[in-house]
Amino acid sequence: MTSDQAEPTLPSSSLPPIKRDGLLALFRQMLLIRRVEELAARAYTQRKILGFCHLYIGQESVAVGAAAACIPEDHWVTGYREHGQAMAKGVSARALMAELYGKATGASHGLGGSMHIFDASVNFMGGYGIVGAHVPLAAGVAWGLKQRKTGGVAVCFFGDGAAHQGAFFEALCLAQLYSLPVVFICENNYYAMGTSIDRQSYLTDMSLRGRGVGMVHEQFQAFDVEVVRDRVGAAVEWARSGKGPVILEAVTYRFRGHSMSDPAKYRKEGELEQKKLTDPLLITEHRLRDTFAVTDAELEALRAGVDAEAEDAVQFAEESPIPDPSRLYDYIYAPNGS
Amino acid sequence: MPLIQMREALRQAMSEEMRRDPNVFLMGEEVAYYDGAYKVSQGMLAEFGPDRVVDTPISENGFAGLGVGAAMAGMRPIIEFMTWNFSLVAYDQIINSAARIYQMSAGTYKMPMVFRGANGHAENLGSQHSTAVDSLYAHFPGLKVVSPSTPYDAKGLLKSAIRDDNPVIFLESELMYGFKGEVPEEEYLIPIGKADIKRDGTDLVIVCWGKHVHTCLRAAEELAKQGISALVLDLRTIRPLDHEALFAAVAKTHRVVVVQEGFPYAGVGAEIIARIQESCFDLLDGPIVRVTNRDVPQPYATNLEKLVIITAERVIDAALTVVGRK
Repeated sequence: MTSDQAEPTLPSSSLPPIKRDGLLALFRQMLLIRRVEELAARAYTQRKILGFCHLYIGQESVAVGAAAACIPEDHWVTGYREHGQAMAKGVSARALMAELYGKATGASHGLGGSMHIFDASVNFMGGYGIVGAHVPLAAGVAWGLKQRKTGGVAVCFFGDGAAHQGAFFEALCLAQLYSLPVVFICENNYYAMGTSIDRQSYLTDMSLRGRGVGMVHEQFQAFDVEVVRDRVGAAVEWARSGKGPVILEAVTYRFRGHSMSDPAKYRKEGELEQKKLTDPLLITEHRLRDTFAVTDAELEALRAGVDAEAEDAVQFAEESPIPDPSRLYDYIYAPNGS
Repeated sequence: MPLIQMREALRQAMSEEMRRDPNVFLMGEEVAYYDGAYKVSQGMLAEFGPDRVVDTPISENGFAGLGVGAAMAGMRPIIEFMTWNFSLVAYDQIINSAARIYQMSAGTYKMPMVFRGANGHAENLGSQHSTAVDSLYAHFPGLKVVSPSTPYDAKGLLKSAIRDDNPVIFLESELMYGFKGEVPEEEYLIPIGKADIKRDGTDLVIVCWGKHVHTCLRAAEELAKQGISALVLDLRTIRPLDHEALFAAVAKTHRVVVVQEGFPYAGVGAEIIARIQESCFDLLDGPIVRVTNRDVPQPYATNLEKLVIITAERVIDAALTVVGRK
């Protein structure tokens, strides 16, 4: 396109309005992610989970809303803060927790850890630890999905910090040039590790990175899971219809530190308390009560079920075997024809 | 048997595999409408179209990563670097992504892809266009590293590389693209990981690969005139190493020269020597001598360049040393 052409904008999604049971299911999924991560944090302090552990608490509406907008054929690629996306895409709490524990029953058999969760059965193509480097991979996944005419779309999650990497920008250029079916979702949680968005970037809306390559772009407030579902829904429809990629910025907020070792003392006073008023769980709970007349008893039953599933994941991880040392070299090279 | 250039052999390998498997595609800078910077892909756009012979912008990091993702989604990408010097911009994608995803996903996602292009010095290309990357890639488990020396080997090995379910680093040479050799018309494959004796001999083995196989064959010819019989062992694959062929050549000759393009420090040559002394120290009649580039970045001026690169004279000198004639 040339500079005198009008920038296209993303229409509304054609997804039907969400109903009571649908919203309850999204609320349950967000709550389960929250509970699983709270238990992971506890296990980390007990030194049962080691290494890096980056929590998604506060951002659950993004992954869960996006999953509600996708079809199973859509493939997800994400960064290292990926517990929420993994579970939203269908990785079980057990497989996730066992991986954090470094157990043979984990999603990556204990070879990956917190940052490298994979599950081909639900098209979850991994968490990656080099910030921004996975964004070109998503363009390549989209290339494969397009050439193989699968009808699937690649969805790539990354943080505001990744939007400064060259790999990220090159991926946008290539995706737009080749009109690839990929949706880039920047989860702007205000912090790249400890550096706030206004201290790391002149532009603070990372969807504007798409403007320079001619990509449809949109920023939206992502605390409401229904809004995420609608905006990601519109984006995947756009990409699926062959119109090319979309970049979204989902404005969100990270309630915890960068990783378990970070007390997050760099926040402005009162900021966290203010942001907790827009906790995705609170917003959706209010909607359930006010619009759908969900009762205390129903919510209590739901919470009890979530707690049991999260605790079950911990018990499963605790009781699972560690990886067999004799299998150390199993996955260095794939046997040909496998 | 038809006598064809190395570039034609490489082109035949890619074209045959693209006819055989619709998931194979070639991507890189100038590979399509320009016919390849070194004309390796000449005519392929006309046969396969722009979805399978794909020009990219100058963004090695981006399109190397795109290739990784495409491989995860069931494709078999051939990613061409115009020269391997430019792969350093994409080093992260090759090392952190291509080489590791199969293992860190516990075998969930295979990485059937080839990275290929011209490696090492050519003539007067200066500091930034003369790097031999052999050692930079051979270091990492998860990668296979192949470096052919003849059109016959290049075609058979590239076809195997494209069919391999692992990422293969395929090192070619600008100086060899016009090199001619016999290539049969019927289909054949050469397995990755198998060395080849390019000249038999009894007094010493010269271990080499890639374009310097020819340097070593010239040296062996000269040594023969002096009554010294040199076995020239072309490794063809640097990783995985053909230990069997290597140790057999050591057992036969008891004296070893290792020729490795690139810098000596922490190089593949050092690794080969370490493995020989670990496994067959008692078979050696004396110290192993290494021939590498001089330990300086490549200068531009012809006279200085010639001081830095490996020559037949330097290989002969090393051979005379290990056989005690110097």
